[in-house]
Amino acid sequence: MAFTFAAFCYMLTLVLCAALIFIVIWHIIAFDDLRQDFKNPIDQSNPTRALVVPEYCIHGLFCLMFMCAAEWVTLGLNIPLLFYHLWRYFHRPADGSEVMYDPVSIMNADILNYCQKESWCKLGFYLLSFFYYLYSMVYTLVSF
Amino acid sequence: MSTTGYNSQNGAGGQPYANGPSQNPLLVPPSGAGYNIGTQPLYSNQMPAKAPLSTGPGPYNPGSYQMTPPVSSYQGPGQASLTRPPMGPVQPAPFRPAGPMAPQSQNSTPPPMPSAAPYAPQPTWPYGAPPVSVSSPPVPTMGNHVTPVPGPVPNRHSPSPYGAGHTPPLHHGASLPPGPVSLPASSATSSYTYQGAGQVPTPGEASQINSFDHLEMGTKGMVGPPPPQTGLAGRPTGQSYPSLPPGYANMVPSASPLQSPKPPYSPAHQPYQQPQANPAQLSPSLAALSLQSQSPETLRAVNLLQERNILPPGPVTPPTPCLPQDLQKLNCNPEVFRSTLANIPQTQSLLNKAKLPLGLLLHPFKDLSQLPVVTSSTIVRCRSCRTYINPFVSFLDQRRWKCNLCYRVNDVPEEFMYNPVSRSYGEPHKRPEVQNPTIEFIAPSEYMLRPPQPAVYLFVLDVSHNAVETGYLDVVCQSLLDNLSSLPGDTRTKIGFITFDSTIHFYNLQEGLSQPQMLIVSDIDDIFIPTPDSLLVNLNDCKELVQDLLKGLPQMFNKTMETQSALGPALQAAFKLLSPTGGRASIFQTQLPTLGVGALKSREDPNQRASLKDIQHLSPATDFYKKLALDCSGQQVAVDLFLLSGQYCDLASLGCISRYSAGSVYYYPSYHHQHNLAEVERFQKDLKRYLTRKIGFEAVMRIRCTKGLSIHTFHGNFFVRSTDLLSLPNVNPDAGFAVQMSIEENLMDLQAVSFQAALLYTSSKGERRIRVHTMCLPVVNSMADIFAGADVQAITGLLASMAVDRSVSASLSDARDALTNAAVDSLTAYRSSVLTIQQPGLLAPSCLRLFPLYILALLKQKAFRTGTSTRLDDRVFAMFQLKYQPLSYLVLMIHPALYRVDDLTDEGALNINERTVPQPKVLQLSVEKLNREGAFLMDAGSVMLLWMGRNCNPSFLSQVLGVPSYAAVPQNMNQLPELDTAESVRTRAFVGWLREQRPFFPVLHIVREESPLKAAFMQNMVEDRTESALSYYEYLLHLQQQTSK
Repeated sequence: MAFTFAAFCYMLTLVLCAALIFIVIWHIIAFDDLRQDFKNPIDQSNPTRALVVPEYCIHGLFCLMFMCAAEWVTLGLNIPLLFYHLWRYFHRPADGSEVMYDPVSIMNADILNYCQKESWCKLGFYLLSFFYYLYSMVYTLVSF
Repeated sequence: MSTTGYNSQNGAGGQPYANGPSQNPLLVPPSGAGYNIGTQPLYSNQMPAKAPLSTGPGPYNPGSYQMTPPVSSYQGPGQASLTRPPMGPVQPAPFRPAGPMAPQSQNSTPPPMPSAAPYAPQPTWPYGAPPVSVSSPPVPTMGNHVTPVPGPVPNRHSPSPYGAGHTPPLHHGASLPPGPVSLPASSATSSYTYQGAGQVPTPGEASQINSFDHLEMGTKGMVGPPPPQTGLAGRPTGQSYPSLPPGYANMVPSASPLQSPKPPYSPAHQPYQQPQANPAQLSPSLAALSLQSQSPETLRAVNLLQERNILPPGPVTPPTPCLPQDLQKLNCNPEVFRSTLANIPQTQSLLNKAKLPLGLLLHPFKDLSQLPVVTSSTIVRCRSCRTYINPFVSFLDQRRWKCNLCYRVNDVPEEFMYNPVSRSYGEPHKRPEVQNPTIEFIAPSEYMLRPPQPAVYLFVLDVSHNAVETGYLDVVCQSLLDNLSSLPGDTRTKIGFITFDSTIHFYNLQEGLSQPQMLIVSDIDDIFIPTPDSLLVNLNDCKELVQDLLKGLPQMFNKTMETQSALGPALQAAFKLLSPTGGRASIFQTQLPTLGVGALKSREDPNQRASLKDIQHLSPATDFYKKLALDCSGQQVAVDLFLLSGQYCDLASLGCISRYSAGSVYYYPSYHHQHNLAEVERFQKDLKRYLTRKIGFEAVMRIRCTKGLSIHTFHGNFFVRSTDLLSLPNVNPDAGFAVQMSIEENLMDLQAVSFQAALLYTSSKGERRIRVHTMCLPVVNSMADIFAGADVQAITGLLASMAVDRSVSASLSDARDALTNAAVDSLTAYRSSVLTIQQPGLLAPSCLRLFPLYILALLKQKAFRTGTSTRLDDRVFAMFQLKYQPLSYLVLMIHPALYRVDDLTDEGALNINERTVPQPKVLQLSVEKLNREGAFLMDAGSVMLLWMGRNCNPSFLSQVLGVPSYAAVPQNMNQLPELDTAESVRTRAFVGWLREQRPFFPVLHIVREESPLKAAFMQNMVEDRTESALSYYEYLLHLQQQTSK
């Protein structure tokens, strides 16, 4: 039983992971609202966009912490998503300041479908990783 | 429209009665077989109509399928062969007597039965075989049917005579009933007026007067050539075919054929009962099939490599959807509402297999010469999907109608029972709403979020040194002065002016001032409105001040040395000024904005103009304009951009301001008041049209479609507010829209789908109005039918819009490849799944024979060409145009029409208003067609070029151009002189006729061999080879290579 840095990382990530799950659920609801015609894309996109960067930052923080804690397996699991986020961030629409979810193109069926699918995949990933972190936390706490 | 008599049997009138499950218990048994009558397709009795289509090509081997039709494939051959014949013959033949017959049918009970009968087999039809049942089973049901009918009978009677009587509004506008008619029975009022272009309701007598007149028309229409697919085979086989679709049959005096076959109709084995029951009947129908496999003209295989002259002599006509003629007559005008595929595939996989894009092209606010307008306190709409009642709904009985989009059964409100056209009660299906595919409602207050806004116009003028240099201010001010009184609006109309260079100038025009007062705001970083209430003034009250300002404005900045341009802040000011009311801002800009927010840098590298590599900078450089446009859109402000500039202005960025606020973009490259007179003339004419054309404010457009279809992407200038709703702060009659559709659920059990575009807007008179267009298209299940309904112009238009998107999101070369692939894929699909006999060569169905040509023309169009020097702004502007021009203008822009005009004759001439308009042949766009002795007119939509050969016919020169010799033709000649010679009259009549067909004014340039415009003329010769692009024949060879891979 030892409270190592790794254990601390896992505890923190557990909390943050819950936050990520909420963000993703929020996105899913937002896209669904759009599809169901409950909301105007301008009203919708602004808060949706506002949550994108925090999400990416939180996930980046995970990776950083796992690297510091030398949890290579966990880091390896998160690396693909990290790269995906970087790719998304740097391939945002050419006209700059908008990060993503451009209100004028979000209603395009292809883009909306893509965004929805992306959110569902992320939800799955975060849920699985939540339990993985829980397990890992207990494991690190118990193993020493 | 004019088929009312017919319609009553088949359309809203007759069919519905049969349709109602509760009404005709006898009909239920078939449905018991597994079909849920509730969800039954609306147009079920169209089935016969559909059949002709599916027979189309000869791919099926009739012999083989006949006995062993797989249940699942019902839609295919079985149905086709069996049902087609009845339809073809029946329609034209019996209808002729329809007029005289009408009264008869009224008195006799039999007619109703037939009309019900088509319906009876209906429920079975999803099984596939059921269509078959049409041939005989209907009869028994019909027989049984007589008894239950009594209820509906009275109704059914009325339709036929009455239908004939009703005047089709679009045809007889002039003689239509007078304006508001108050409803006797109910407290509510409803009125029905015809609105011409001038919005003057035309008085007229009750439609009965016209009834026979009209009937005639209808009849003639019917007798005329039936739709290509049905035509040939139908007629011969029809007689031998016992099963006339009863709806038509009741027109025929002798009903004997109907009664002859009486195999009791047993729902249990309906699917294939028919073929076995009447094998003998099959042979004629099979004969028909083989006949027809050749017949559909649109499907005839054309070997493009061998046929040189594929252009039709006149305009290309859109294919006719294979609906029953009565429904087709009610269908929306293809110029307003058009689908790329006139026959909708049943499933997405079928659509994917055909490799043709499915989409709609709309011109919703087109100037219509006659438009029925309805004033009613309640607008009848479906309660669940909010569809407006339209000609394609079915009436279950007098009090209920079934929505054709969601199939919900709705009640007919009391008020709707009264028909203002005929002033009769109890005939909801004769109301104008149910007789016109395009109709306008005056909306009651539920359709307003706020009181209708007044017409508000704000002009934002660039007055920097560069702008003054071009001299455009004179033209704008003069045009405004001339048209001030014809600006659309009422007594509330407001107008305002802003000018800008490095500062923003406002003009206080408040009533009572002796002269306009200029207010300068130099703090462009934080723009504010100096006097909020006197900058936008009532046009009527302050007309003199406005006129003073317009007279003085051009001189005011004569000496300016200010070269900077603060467009961004000026736009913000305009937005702030207009946001309380909404309205239209017209921006005149002559250079790249250099100051304040939204400043841009030149991104064009002139050396890259002709590059074969990818073109950069097609997407905006900043999102300032887009964001501002979204703000504008939210406040119902539309921004129209006039760009007059010789240098690069970054239209890709600037254009966003109009694109997302539903404005329009005009571009006059190298505008100069002295050096470029042609552009000046174009600018003047455009401006006149722009100022005086109709305008709709605070508009939204919703496009609804039958469940199962969904909208994929919109193209045009607007902001998409939800999956099917476009927000259009302004809508103008020159705006076109394109919509890509996808099929989300199978349309297996439907025979037809409908699309409805509803445009809600505030007219310039402050009335809230709804313009509704409804289109109905058949659903088909074979590749042949899909190809038979392909509309090559619409497909090209939609592909062009998609390619513009692609070149912005991916790259230009991607878009070019995608265009070529579209042609390759569809031709391959045609070859592999429609053609039975494999022939060598590049085969295309006749309806798509122009497809490779149009694609090649698109690839050589300014927007997509590579290797030819094209300025970035020209390219981006061409892309804008491809996206928001209505299809009819777009086609000319892509593929101009070339005519030889030095030998015009009156042969085959049209006669319009006592004017003879010669109709020369459309020539291929190839230098081969030109010769030095001739004069050729190229009509490219917004511009016309008259090219003269060096040895041009001297009589043409002297008689038409009024010059003695070729050398004497002036360099910048933009007009045909009005000479009093026959040749001159003919030529001018022809040019005038071409111009009349579009609302804007195409400028005519006379091009000599050595004039600079010759390059423009030659660039449109799309069939020829250029240094960087293939000739048409080479392109065909390339396609052939690709298709045979």
